[in-house]
Amino acid sequence: MRLSHIWNLGIKELRSLGRDPMLLFLIVYVFTAGVYSRATAMPESLHKAPIAIVDEDRSPLSNRIVGAFYPPYFLPPEMITRGEMDAGMDAGRYTFALNIPSGFQRDVLAGRRPAVQLNVDATRMSQAYTGSGYIQTIVAGEVDTFMKSHRAAAKLPVELSLRSRFNPLLDQSWFGAVMEVINNVTLLAIVLTGAALIREREHGTIEHLLVMPVTPFEIMLSKVWTMALVVLAATAFSLLFVVEGALSVPIEGSLPLFLAGTALHLFATTSMGIFLGTVTRSMPQFGLLLMLVLLPLQMLSGGMTPRESMPEMVQYLMMAAPTTHFVSFAQAILFRGAGLAVVWPQFAALAVIGAVLFGFSLGYFRKSLASIG
Amino acid sequence: MSDDKNLGDSPRPAIRLSRVSLAYGKTQALKGVDLEIPAGRMVGLIGPDGVGKSSLFSLIAGARKIQEGRVEVLGGDMADRRHRHEVCPRVSYMPQGLGRNLYATLSVFENVDFFARLFGHGRSERQRRIGELLEATGLAPFADRAAGKLSGGMKQKLGLCCALIHDPDLLLLDEPTTGVDPLSRRQFWELVEGICAERPGMSVLVATAYMEEALRFSWLVAMDGGQVLATGSPQDLLRRTETDSLEEAFIALLPESRRQGYQPVTIPPRQESHDSEIAIEARDLTKRFAAFTAVDHVGFRIGRGEIFGFLGSNGCGKTTTMKMLTGLLPASEGEAWLFGKKVDPHDLETRRRVGYMSQAFSLYSELTVRQNLDLHARLFRLPGDTIPARVDEMAGRFGLTEVIDALPDGLPLGVRQRLSLAVAMIHGPEMLILDEPTSGVDPVARDAFWQIMVDLARKDRVTIFISTHFMNEAERCDRISLMHAGKVLVSDTPQNLKEKRGAASLDEAFIAYLEEAAGAATAESPEPVGAALSLQAPTPPADHGDEARRSGRRWFSLRRMSSYMRREGLELRRDPIRLTLALLGCVILMFVMGYGINMDVEDLTFAVLDRDQTTTSRDYTLSLSGSRYFNERPPLAGYDDLDRRMRAGEISLAIEIPPGFGRDIARGTPVAVGAWIDGAMPQRAETVRGYAQGIHNHWLTSRAREAYGSAAVAGLADIETRFRYNPDNKSLVAMVPAVIPLLLMLIPAILAALSVVREKELGSIVNFYVTPVTRLEFLLGKQIPYVLLAMVSFFMLVLLAVTVFGVPLKGSFLTLTAGALLYVISATAIGLLISTFMKSQIAAIFGTAVLTILPATQFSGMIDPVSSLEGGGALFGQIYPTTYFLIIARGTFSKALHLPDLYASFVPLLIAAPVLILLCAALLRKQER
Repeated sequence: MRLSHIWNLGIKELRSLGRDPMLLFLIVYVFTAGVYSRATAMPESLHKAPIAIVDEDRSPLSNRIVGAFYPPYFLPPEMITRGEMDAGMDAGRYTFALNIPSGFQRDVLAGRRPAVQLNVDATRMSQAYTGSGYIQTIVAGEVDTFMKSHRAAAKLPVELSLRSRFNPLLDQSWFGAVMEVINNVTLLAIVLTGAALIREREHGTIEHLLVMPVTPFEIMLSKVWTMALVVLAATAFSLLFVVEGALSVPIEGSLPLFLAGTALHLFATTSMGIFLGTVTRSMPQFGLLLMLVLLPLQMLSGGMTPRESMPEMVQYLMMAAPTTHFVSFAQAILFRGAGLAVVWPQFAALAVIGAVLFGFSLGYFRKSLASIG
Repeated sequence: MSDDKNLGDSPRPAIRLSRVSLAYGKTQALKGVDLEIPAGRMVGLIGPDGVGKSSLFSLIAGARKIQEGRVEVLGGDMADRRHRHEVCPRVSYMPQGLGRNLYATLSVFENVDFFARLFGHGRSERQRRIGELLEATGLAPFADRAAGKLSGGMKQKLGLCCALIHDPDLLLLDEPTTGVDPLSRRQFWELVEGICAERPGMSVLVATAYMEEALRFSWLVAMDGGQVLATGSPQDLLRRTETDSLEEAFIALLPESRRQGYQPVTIPPRQESHDSEIAIEARDLTKRFAAFTAVDHVGFRIGRGEIFGFLGSNGCGKTTTMKMLTGLLPASEGEAWLFGKKVDPHDLETRRRVGYMSQAFSLYSELTVRQNLDLHARLFRLPGDTIPARVDEMAGRFGLTEVIDALPDGLPLGVRQRLSLAVAMIHGPEMLILDEPTSGVDPVARDAFWQIMVDLARKDRVTIFISTHFMNEAERCDRISLMHAGKVLVSDTPQNLKEKRGAASLDEAFIAYLEEAAGAATAESPEPVGAALSLQAPTPPADHGDEARRSGRRWFSLRRMSSYMRREGLELRRDPIRLTLALLGCVILMFVMGYGINMDVEDLTFAVLDRDQTTTSRDYTLSLSGSRYFNERPPLAGYDDLDRRMRAGEISLAIEIPPGFGRDIARGTPVAVGAWIDGAMPQRAETVRGYAQGIHNHWLTSRAREAYGSAAVAGLADIETRFRYNPDNKSLVAMVPAVIPLLLMLIPAILAALSVVREKELGSIVNFYVTPVTRLEFLLGKQIPYVLLAMVSFFMLVLLAVTVFGVPLKGSFLTLTAGALLYVISATAIGLLISTFMKSQIAAIFGTAVLTILPATQFSGMIDPVSSLEGGGALFGQIYPTTYFLIIARGTFSKALHLPDLYASFVPLLIAAPVLILLCAALLRKQER
């Protein structure tokens, strides 16, 4: 192994990348506009939810309730009859249908405790649960205010003071921005190294390298360090100028620590890129395989939905994936301001996974070069 | 020979070009070509690669759009769509490249059959014609072999069969014999001449880079730099230029500027005295790939300073042998030595003594000439301070000084080849291994290249091992080996070879050796190479294919559509990667998304900092840990512990119960429980907040009931919440029916997008350009197999949903299936639509991914209903088919609905499918631009 070879080949990789406008555009786009649009496009948990109301009471109280639903949480309520309700729910025109029975106000005043019926389309997962909570609070609140002077409920004087740490307002864009950066790191690490390898093979230049006094180890390492460096630089830039700058999301922890961990993650994912670039024979095959590999890596890593709610089998399997550990320490450092004392297990896991992937890819890469034909 | 057979002047030319120009971006391929090509003759178009021959052919065949000038073929204007449609059944076009318009995975018979169906022959007619053609070309014994597995010569014969299936009046053959061995080449020409003799009315236009071959044609067009240099019979051209070979005649015809500095190659005789040293030796070198033996016991000895040539057709094992010598490929058997040392792929020292130049240009096109030279110098570990001088020296010697900072892509082929050689020479190797270094280079540049090589061999005593398929280059070598089908037939000096066989030219000597070898081979195996060629041309049927031609003019033919459909289906069946992706990919992604897009939050971790430690505080804790949403972790020791464990992500919720909690409650003094939620994941935090608040309220109510009795806690009004369609409010039940539409959009669209672009990339799209198949036939034929495949995926996904995921299908399965069918038609049409714009497969994959994933996941109501969207997203959602199939899928799966409830969602799908297909047809070009 010669460091000068790894250095010289690496310079060549950087020059090649510099002359590929498509890939450069991809890198710049995903780390700037991509992050920005993902962060700002994240809808709040309840946004313009479609609701219909069957008002059979037509009393001041029921009017009061109808008037309490307005954008941005809800669309202006659609007033329908009881007969239209089922068809509308079936067709998915509204997620919620609230049925105020006739005599509602009268019964409330008489203390008969009437019931309002709320129908929720539970196939609309994102709105069903949060929305029904909101609606219950709104209806109860309106009835309460209406009845304020009449009677006070007996209550225990215990309050639950809830505070969110790390993201006090539970702003979705904070999460969206950082997760997008994290997903892009994985995506680009695999795409750049895989594409660099396939490009060499398609142009026949890899043969050229092999007849020179260069070893496969040197070829592979030169691709790994350059592509990792490019992604690392882009990540730092994106976090500083897009996430902290343009989106003003506060970063709690230490950026150098995060970048150090990212470097470990890149070691693992660029090796994976080499592996995918070796098993596939052409760009199209690489593209197809990429989709099958990347989606599970991202969706099951805990970056989209919490890992706790996945089946245990999946949780165990995903312990072998670098993205799981990456997402875990990224959230710890960037949101919760954790230090090395907290995240070292993830760092160690990544180092091990990276070493295994690198060794495995190198073995496979060597074997495939031996039978280049 | 048919030289003067068809000399009777025809009244009107078959092809007339006037002021035809063509440019690809900035490159001018044709510059104002005026040309008339006589009918009923065999006309040759000669000139090296890249002079515009192929461009001219594609214009004549109607495969490319005319940019400037007028092209008349068989008496009509090719710019006129009606005429093109009218004339295409009478024209046959075989594009350049071995088997370029054939389908590699289809068998010989299936390939011909595909073309026969396109031209509308009936079943019995087809069988008869195919039988005759395969018999005449000697391909009959190989009817079931995949076209990709044929030798170069056989591929070209098959190409000819496909071109002749419909009795064309004009046959266009673009370099049909390039890279084919001399014997197959001769057989090919005999075949063509035989057919011409049978059908005297047929005009044949042939392009070739082999000047020797051009002597066979009755009329020649010499081209260079996008212009016609001269026309006339071969004898005419020789007479005019006063030369005795067409190669020399061609050089003489070149304009002065191109010939500048040209001088014939001179080869000083080799000094035999140094001969004792052996540079390369090989003994019984063999390479097998699975059952196929690429190189079969090859052996030779090459002395130092010798120019040794390896002569043979494409695929005969030349490249494989060279790769074994360089250590790129391990030999299956046998041994080789370089400079007396055994070839060892791990021996980096020997590599420094060898320079290798692989076939075609294979340097970094992203690096400039200087950067390329510099990189290689560094990798060969030349001392850093000598590198700039060495780079300059090489640039000077190989004539690269002027282009030193240019990128290779913009340079002419001849200059690029010199750069390759300079790179191979940068470290001053004692041996050069050159794999077809001159293919595609024009004669002038080729001679200059040879002069450099000769100098290296004679002056610097560099050993040169070179492969070629040009005979006149072979003549310049000190010794040559004739190679065929993995075997070296003979090795000797060119002169000796000719003498031994008593042949006038090396070509003939080679053919004689090939025939000898084939004679031996036919005894053992039925290789067709030497199979006696029956020259019975297909007997033209009496009606001259009139019936077929009439159908060729119809605008929609079921037969042509089904021809494309069959072809696509066969190809798909034989492509394991795409098939696996289509079926297995769906299943994998279904699992990933079913579990990954999960909004259930369960098993949340929490810990309690209990400063009270009374039964009341423990009861409070118990109410949390008892719920199925929360899992309790060891209690917190203090604020530091809380902070640490929350930062590590170990707990999502921390509860602090203040001292005196139990006492205060008993006394009715207001008291507050502190709760901290990990807000790193807002969605989860939101849920935690809801759960915590709910449990807290519940605990309060039950305490109050104990304290004051149940009447006291009764509210003013009740809210009865009914979670419909999914009573447990489980993500899986909601997600699985939504994932099916997503997958049925993504994967069928990508596969369909690839199907057209693939043909563009591989070149077989030309069959669509030049045959009577119409756009709609082509599109529907391509689409149907993918629709069927997508329906198979659909059934698999539904089965998976019902069995593995346990999501019941409550509504009408038939309605769901009908919706799915309409939906996948739209999905594949979207793929086809994208592929009408894209040029490469990789662009098609990413383009389709971008245009399907985002709309299908974000804008179609999968997560947020379409009505909750705003702006462009909302508009997109309203027209995107996924929106409506999603309603159908959820309706049938979760809401127990049937067709009458859902017909409103069928209407948009019924509109979308034909609109998309017609849009594809409108945008798809029947010609290349």
